[in-house]
Amino acid sequence: MRLADTPPNPWFSWDYVQRNHADITEALGQHVSLTLQAVAIALLLALPLAALAHTRPRLAAPVVGAAGVMYTIPSLALFALLAPYTGIGRTTVLIGLVAYALLVLIRNILVGLQGVDPAVTDAARGMGYGRTRMLVQVELPQALPSIVAGVRVATVTTVALVTVGVVVGFGGLGQLMFRGFRSNYHAEIMTATILCLVLALIADLAIVTIARWMMPWSRSRILSDVSA
Amino acid sequence: MEILSDAFAWLNDPLNWTGRNGVIALTAAHLQVTLLAVLLAAVVALPAGVWLGHARRGGTLGVVVANTTRALPTLALLTLFASAGLFGNTATVLACAIFAIPPLLTNTVTGLGDVDRDIVDAARGLGMSGRRRLVEIELPLAVPLIAAGVRTAVVQVLATVPLAALVGGTSLGTIVVTGFGTQRYGQVLAGGILVAGLCLVAEGLLAIVQRLLTPRGLRESSRPARGWRRQRSPGVPVAATASSSSNGPAPTR
Repeated sequence: MRLADTPPNPWFSWDYVQRNHADITEALGQHVSLTLQAVAIALLLALPLAALAHTRPRLAAPVVGAAGVMYTIPSLALFALLAPYTGIGRTTVLIGLVAYALLVLIRNILVGLQGVDPAVTDAARGMGYGRTRMLVQVELPQALPSIVAGVRVATVTTVALVTVGVVVGFGGLGQLMFRGFRSNYHAEIMTATILCLVLALIADLAIVTIARWMMPWSRSRILSDVSA
Repeated sequence: MEILSDAFAWLNDPLNWTGRNGVIALTAAHLQVTLLAVLLAAVVALPAGVWLGHARRGGTLGVVVANTTRALPTLALLTLFASAGLFGNTATVLACAIFAIPPLLTNTVTGLGDVDRDIVDAARGLGMSGRRRLVEIELPLAVPLIAAGVRTAVVQVLATVPLAALVGGTSLGTIVVTGFGTQRYGQVLAGGILVAGLCLVAEGLLAIVQRLLTPRGLRESSRPARGWRRQRSPGVPVAATASSSSNGPAPTR
């Protein structure tokens, strides 16, 4: 129903934010906790899987393939496949989010490990490094830029993906969006959208900052690139 | 396990396949929306990506923009467009197109930008103009990455279109959303299987296309690069870029 004299329905309304402060904070908290948990679990799973795929090249295709199949399944379909078994709630969303972050991470870690200069691994082997020690002390640190890139993409994607959890009632800021759509409340949708973007941006910046601190050599390389 | 047999019962019912809201009609709508969205995105992203990548300027900016767009939830765009008055599949096409731009743009920019400078310099030394360098050197070398971008975009859109069912679009997702709404989890599962199957088939087909599109020289050289003990084969572009590309480590020098 559309009437000419309907009350104003602005896209931006500070009034809405102030009035629904508690509501927004709760959705935001759910969003943040789901994102952090999902990325952390995915990283913990991805590191050994990628290392395994790297040290046993024969396993690389199945590992990446399986993660790829998981990734290809659309979020809505995955939630649809999981919900009858894991129930309507947080677990379903979390499993879905981890599944999606997993492929991005595994791919990036593998690319990073495979991109290590053969001269470096040769040198390490010549110094008597075993396979495990080489992996932990030589290859993984060298693969860090690629790993960090993966974590960035995974985090940003996860922030956006949490909203789909709305189909099982656990969508963080997505709940606000969907409710806003249902009740045609523009300010609610817009506020949730902006918060999502800001959240992703902050997360991304935080990761970059941590990465710079972890990889002093890449900082100096940026400098040398400029001077060259 | 009852749900599983419900799902197969649903899939086996011919009435669910025909008609206006049958699986066949919904699949057609799904593919149509996907095609439109990807075309729309390609028209915007490919020229922009080629320009940015060729100029090797603003590459970081392009990637940052793409990253921020990635952070924009599809659900947000869908609900925004839908409540702004664009009902049905118009909102879906627009939202999915915006969603498809990042993979296309990033891959084109990095594909062109990661072409070894030495190769480009050599081409310049041979007297090639900027446009000729772009068409004959940079684009062929970037084709694998650009094709990968197109593939990602298509599969991503295929996977996103079902979400539009939440805001009134028609696609295979309609089956899932209707199932959730009526608490028929057999139907939900059946819809999930259909959507997942569509995406997996598309991914497989596109992987083949991508392989066919890749210039033969690049195809062969990419194989030994997979093993962890990569051998350097001189004169092959991939091995050459590995030593100077942006994500190749090499900290001590």
